[in-house]
Amino acid sequence: MDLTFTPEEESFRSEARSWLAANVPREPLPSLDTAEGFEKHREWEHELNAAGWAMVPWPVEFGGRGANLIEWLIFEEEYYRAGAPGRVNQNGIFLLGPTIMEYGTEAQKARYLAKMASSEEVWGQGWSEPNAGSDMAAIQATAERQGDHYVIHGQKTWVSRGSYADWLFGLFRTDPKSERHRGLSFLLVPLDAEGVTVRPIPQLDGEAGFAEVFLDGVRVPAENLLGEENKGWSVAMATAGFERGLMLRSPARFQNTARKLVALYQETARSRESLDPILRHAVARAWMDAEAYTLNTYQTVSRLLAGGKIGAEASLNKIFWSELDVRMHETALAILGARGQLLPSAPAAGGVGDWLDGYLFALSGPIYAGTNEIQRNVIAERILGLPRS
Amino acid sequence: MRFHFNEDQLLLRDTVRDFLKVECTPEGIRALWETETGRSREFWSRLAAVGMPGLLVPQECDGMGMDEIDLVLLLEETGRAALAEPVISTAAVGVPLLCGLPAKPLAERWLRGVAAGEAVLAVGHPVSPFVSDAHVADLLLLPHAGELHAVARGDAELTRQPANDPSERLFTVKWKPVADTLVARGEQARGLLDAALDRGALGCAAQELGVAERVVEMTVEYACQRKQFGQPIGSFQAIKHMLADVQVRLEYARPVVYRAAHSVARSSPQRAVDVSMAKSAAGETAQQAARVALQVHGALGYTWEQDLHIWMRRAWSLDAAWGSGAWHRARVAGAVLDGELPARTFGYSAPS
Repeated sequence: MDLTFTPEEESFRSEARSWLAANVPREPLPSLDTAEGFEKHREWEHELNAAGWAMVPWPVEFGGRGANLIEWLIFEEEYYRAGAPGRVNQNGIFLLGPTIMEYGTEAQKARYLAKMASSEEVWGQGWSEPNAGSDMAAIQATAERQGDHYVIHGQKTWVSRGSYADWLFGLFRTDPKSERHRGLSFLLVPLDAEGVTVRPIPQLDGEAGFAEVFLDGVRVPAENLLGEENKGWSVAMATAGFERGLMLRSPARFQNTARKLVALYQETARSRESLDPILRHAVARAWMDAEAYTLNTYQTVSRLLAGGKIGAEASLNKIFWSELDVRMHETALAILGARGQLLPSAPAAGGVGDWLDGYLFALSGPIYAGTNEIQRNVIAERILGLPRS
Repeated sequence: MRFHFNEDQLLLRDTVRDFLKVECTPEGIRALWETETGRSREFWSRLAAVGMPGLLVPQECDGMGMDEIDLVLLLEETGRAALAEPVISTAAVGVPLLCGLPAKPLAERWLRGVAAGEAVLAVGHPVSPFVSDAHVADLLLLPHAGELHAVARGDAELTRQPANDPSERLFTVKWKPVADTLVARGEQARGLLDAALDRGALGCAAQELGVAERVVEMTVEYACQRKQFGQPIGSFQAIKHMLADVQVRLEYARPVVYRAAHSVARSSPQRAVDVSMAKSAAGETAQQAARVALQVHGALGYTWEQDLHIWMRRAWSLDAAWGSGAWHRARVAGAVLDGELPARTFGYSAPS
């Protein structure tokens, strides 16, 4: 065990730091859940990609930098410290990308990965349906094989980034006689195909961060099948593992929030006579928990580099970061008091409106990527070995 | 950056785990509860044969010359076994304290004694009014007005303070500081006592991890076997979710404890804060594990006969030892919010 960075890791850090210092937009971009913000974020991704920073841990041939996962964590630390924009293609680069690397054919890797890294193609994910939420195996949307095509009928919902994305990945029932998680296939669907209708859904914050997607006889070439036909469930589980596990929420994100929370507390404590001691405790706890999350991630990455794999423990992660994120934002709003309700645009907001935005977003964390109740079931059954109900 | 243990460390852990499985059973613990000292010298010499008390003793004093990164996994195992023998005060705290004393001949004599399994150490600290295991210690290392003294047990008057946990043997100690007992003063004494506190708290944190792990295992076992409404109670979501929450905490306490061990071994400037985070996280995990375990075991868990409370009481004792969880949380808050101690986020390092 050696918890210090090597000279190579340190030099990687300074390289990332200098590039970000010179290139991160000075003004924050508009929300990526608006049409304008989406395109601005896409342009930022082009810039990142041109400099080779878009997909740090991917192989160079697929548009990555060929760095290891420790270096990826270092990059993330620098990225958040620099206040760089959110990643508009996160469903692609963090979730589908690793899945294609594991299950895709060489042709699929060549076709999709580089364009994903550059965000020339931005991806949305199509798991949920009106009658298949936590119970994802209840998927009803069908894909019927006709010659060298699949013909898709059905409806996907809560498609993150669906309103503006170019492509959708998701699970479809390819064996009409099948039940539950058997007979599903993982397909890649262009959202500009004939028969696709996208209906944006305004979220809790009022912006169209997700969408409903109606698929009415959409023809998709058979080569868009990822993994084996009727075996899409295990492919999707790998994607979900990436989502809950390592890639989607790097620790730097929460360390950064914790750091801002500490600063907010200190500022407020200086300018106000009394601040509820409960808040002091909550801020210290948030800081400790963000550190614990970071330490755990470094430990996981060390294990992966030594040849290990991520399994059901991804569910532990997802509970921890999503609940930490909510607690941190709740604490910030409690410190802010009456100002906590102001939108960023309010004249008296003075920058504090970001906490409200962050809070509304954090509230989605325990719901998306499999609700935390589902994760608790996974932990109980697959890690602890308790019987299925 | 490598955040994992090596093969040798894991192998040694397995050896100690197997040893304790046989040598430290719930029946054995209950038998010791009924004895005057609550401790077994015979067991202690067998523990010495595995190398445990002398793990941190330098090789030139017949020890194993290892560090806290090696020790932390073994302490975790002692927690898993609910072992209450003075491994923390002797192996984790007393030995490094002796190593830091300016009086080398005195230190070396005792270090050899510890490595041979013949000497047990007790250490007092201003953070607590009690000294654990003073009654079985051959040498007591005690603070007095900013000084550190080494006192033979025969020269101290001990008063037993019966505690909630029959495994925990607490004493108040009366003794007379004289020139002969003085072993460190001033800056040096303060440094040694600060380090003792951090090492003691790290030891507790490691044991708390082990306690929590074992308690979760026992409870899962019980929930799989106990049936109500015609099915194992472990199939109910209410039970699953309580246990899953404990498992989440455990998963996130573990690396915090291991990092604290690294910080102690490498004398990191953030040692104190890193240790406090570990004591807080592992303590809360063990407490929650115990609480959930009791609830899942129901009335059976509330009996003296069921073994669960052996571990539950360890969780309580350990939280109170070497600075309570609340004390350590306050220390972290002071560091992070008021800059009272050095603290910094893991990973990110500011531009030099």
